[in-house]
Amino acid sequence: MNLLRLLVLLFCLGGINTAFAGLEKFDFSGNVDEERYKELILELRCLVCQNQSLGDSDAELAHDLRREVYDLMNSGQSDDQIVDFLVTRYGDFVLYNPPVKPDTYLLWFGPFALLVIGILVLLRTVRQRQKQTAPEISAEEQARLNKILADADAANSNSNREPRS
Amino acid sequence: MIPELGQFALILALVLALVQSIFPLVGSLNRTPSWVALARPAAWGQFVFLAIAFAVLTHAFLVDDFSVVYVAQHGNTQLPTIYKFSAVWGAHEGSLLLWVLILGTWTVAVSLFGRHLPDVVLARVLSVMGMISIGFLSFLLFTSNPFERVFPAPLEGGDLNPLLQDFGLAIHPPMLYMGYVGLSVAFAFAISALMGGKLDAAWARWSRPWTLIAWVFLTIGIVLGSWWAYYELGWGGWWFWDPVENASFMPWLAATALIHSLAVTEKRGAFKRWTVLLALTAFSLSLLGTFLVRSGVLTSVHSFAADPARGLFILIFLFIVVGGSLVLYAVRAPDITRGGGFGMLSRESFLLGNNLLLLITTAFVLLGTLAPLLYDAMGWGKISVGFPWFNSMFVIFTPLLVILMGIGPLTRWKQHDPKMLGRTLRWAFVISVVAGIVAALPMLTDSLSAGFAIALSLWLTTTLLLTLQQRFRNKSGFAAIWRDMNGQGGRAYYGMWLAHLGIAVFIIGVTFVTQFDIEKDVRMSPGQEIELSGYVFRFDGTKVHQGPNYRSDLGTVHVSKNGRDVAVLHPEKRTYLVQTMPMTEAGIDAGFTRDIYVSLGEPVGGGDWALRLYYKPFVRWIWLGGLMIAAGGLLAASDKRYRMRLLALDSRTAAASAGKLSTEGRA
Amino acid sequence: MPRFFRYLTPLLVFLAMAALLYKGLSLDPKKVPSPLVDRPAPAFALPELHSPEIQLSDADFKGQVSLLNVWATWCVSCRQEHRLLMALERQGIPIYGLNYKDERDAAIRWLQQFGDPYKAVAFDADGRVGIDWGVYGTPETFVIDKQGIVRYKHIGPLTTESFDRDIRPLIEKLRGATG
Repeated sequence: MNLLRLLVLLFCLGGINTAFAGLEKFDFSGNVDEERYKELILELRCLVCQNQSLGDSDAELAHDLRREVYDLMNSGQSDDQIVDFLVTRYGDFVLYNPPVKPDTYLLWFGPFALLVIGILVLLRTVRQRQKQTAPEISAEEQARLNKILADADAANSNSNREPRS
Repeated sequence: MIPELGQFALILALVLALVQSIFPLVGSLNRTPSWVALARPAAWGQFVFLAIAFAVLTHAFLVDDFSVVYVAQHGNTQLPTIYKFSAVWGAHEGSLLLWVLILGTWTVAVSLFGRHLPDVVLARVLSVMGMISIGFLSFLLFTSNPFERVFPAPLEGGDLNPLLQDFGLAIHPPMLYMGYVGLSVAFAFAISALMGGKLDAAWARWSRPWTLIAWVFLTIGIVLGSWWAYYELGWGGWWFWDPVENASFMPWLAATALIHSLAVTEKRGAFKRWTVLLALTAFSLSLLGTFLVRSGVLTSVHSFAADPARGLFILIFLFIVVGGSLVLYAVRAPDITRGGGFGMLSRESFLLGNNLLLLITTAFVLLGTLAPLLYDAMGWGKISVGFPWFNSMFVIFTPLLVILMGIGPLTRWKQHDPKMLGRTLRWAFVISVVAGIVAALPMLTDSLSAGFAIALSLWLTTTLLLTLQQRFRNKSGFAAIWRDMNGQGGRAYYGMWLAHLGIAVFIIGVTFVTQFDIEKDVRMSPGQEIELSGYVFRFDGTKVHQGPNYRSDLGTVHVSKNGRDVAVLHPEKRTYLVQTMPMTEAGIDAGFTRDIYVSLGEPVGGGDWALRLYYKPFVRWIWLGGLMIAAGGLLAASDKRYRMRLLALDSRTAAASAGKLSTEGRA
Repeated sequence: MPRFFRYLTPLLVFLAMAALLYKGLSLDPKKVPSPLVDRPAPAFALPELHSPEIQLSDADFKGQVSLLNVWATWCVSCRQEHRLLMALERQGIPIYGLNYKDERDAAIRWLQQFGDPYKAVAFDADGRVGIDWGVYGTPETFVIDKQGIVRYKHIGPLTTESFDRDIRPLIEKLRGATG
């Protein structure tokens, strides 16, 4: 099992580097726009070499799926239809761009919820601080800071300072 | 025999790490100067033994000692010498050894340059770093021993992963680890301050230069990684939001927030709780990164050989370190005094806003990275979160941050007059918006994104110029700038200036290369010419080339524009002899405003080859911006007020340092 | 005490994350569950491996609880589970094969050499039916109920352990179900 995993890993790493996997000689003179095709296969995840897109993977399955994507495009299907085709077979896993649906609200709207909470907390903090008239650094702190800095300087200039404790 | 010395050195280092973490801490609590004084020698001793262990492993690679399992797996007699060095950290065990060595280095640096610190503070800082070292050394010794032997020794080694046989990647991990581990210094300072109950401006001033330097290394590490991915992986990309990349980006974001927050704490004594929490967060995220990369919980490009047992070990360690520090925070935070007040419109509030946005960015990167795991664990199905999601989030949050970045440096501490601010910003706003709109016009770029990027970038640049104008309102001439630069806070300001300008450069690079890059997959026969974006590419065929440990097809592509020669590129397709892995080496003609990038695919019969041609406008600006950011950080770290501290280090006597116990009150 | 809780928030967030990471250690990020589970088996019509004139289709699954095993001669780990498949066949569990992206002669020879546990083998030379079934890593094994609905998918070689734990009880339950 471990050996197998290793083989898959090596195979996939090799694939990263060939980077040419997407280079089947499809004919882009007809229905299929090359740009559109390439963009789509880059947003789909290969199931064999899972850290690569369908466009980059050199796995056998990736070749087959690219052919499938090409054929579907050629038959006039829209990107959504093609994505649907893959999702009904392999699940949302194939999508690098997770679909917006109740399951993924957390993912898509979580950051914005966080932003709203953050802004509220920030406004509250700033308002509290506005009312506050305390000195910037307390006198005691400033004295301490000065003392420490002075100590360092003193140490710098005067190496046989006396211990104080 | 020699490898056993390495292992023995590691064990001694562990013992010294124990000494370093226990005695100084206890001594600082019950005021025993002799125990406190143990911190420094223990740290030095630990470093020496770690260096020995590291040297031993390096030696094993150099002499091809395949009786060491790790060398047998990742070394090879044919490996060029430079990669024998980098092979030391080419896989899990050795990279972990590098990690602890770097931790030892930082510890020694702190003990050297921190001599002016009150002894109790220094003792606690070194003690906390010792504890971290204990964790990693036990991890190394108990689960990932790099000195393990095999008998009989194989005749030849398994070779270093060819992807790693590259200069950029050879120096990428040390840089990155310098950053990750460097954040432990800020962490240790924060813990020490929490223990002592003294979180104040002095604490912020002490930890600021350390944090800055760690952050500079982290920046350089990330830039190197991205640059490497660009030229080595052959697909012309520079960032893919892979978990490994995110693992380095999250601590960077948190550390960026930290260096800004530290500024407020140092200058105004405010945001103490927040700053200390950020210091804990930044290092926790770098530990989390270690976990993510080495445990196999996520699928990633180069996760190390994943092993749940190792994952469990790091998780327990993470639990102790992060959990413990957050408990300490929860206990101590209520007693931390609040700093000075400030108005709604003040530098404080802008820095707070900046922190908020940086933290939200960190949080969404974390969310996106862990979401596949979260969904799986909760039984919500398997999902993938890839570059489209991250890019959309990034494009929403980053502009907000950039807008604040423009205003922040122009505002005053405490209170700023809104009318005055409006007057100051008026022209910067007009210039950037108009330039953005003009740039987006169909006859120019015909791209809204490009217009937007130009507006943001100009907004940053013009506001930065305005800060200069404010600074020099009453001064003029080069001499004044020079004096200003070397005065208190001078380099901190110019460092900020350079780093922020780096962001402006970065924005242009990212947007232009994503909007206007052109890519073409072609089949070319020798002599054939193909035109791309005004450049004519002539394929001159390939020849077989024999490298030290690989064989390759070396292509020649002649590039010209308007009949004039531009470059001769040599894209290469290598097959490494041991791991028989095909590797592409792209042929790149780098330029200030564009790269021309050619990679070689497969032979397609009859001397024809598949090639991929790219025209990548402004791609260099991405890394140029990154390097400017790092240089800015370095400049800021060399500010006069920190250098004063450095000068203090030579002339201390042991007696004087023992006397320092009194400066730090009791815990 | 709300003030105290405020400072506990970071710790709580971390603990939640740590729990998640702990759980993550026992999950396999590479396993992709099939959306086909609890859906009717995808329609297909393929020639039988041994006798190409016979057409196999999804209708053949109806009326019994059966397994569909996706295999190929080039698939190394298929060999690992083969012995188990032979045993299951002897226990009276109907197994259909889907010979995926293979060569007919090689597949027939393979079955002659190692034994043939299959009631029938559909021959999917170009792998298109495999795509319809969401195959991504051979071997894969589907459990299909009497109505021809996919009830379970196992990815990777079957082991006695995993079969007895996940599949056998399911088969018994499905067999007991009416209809």
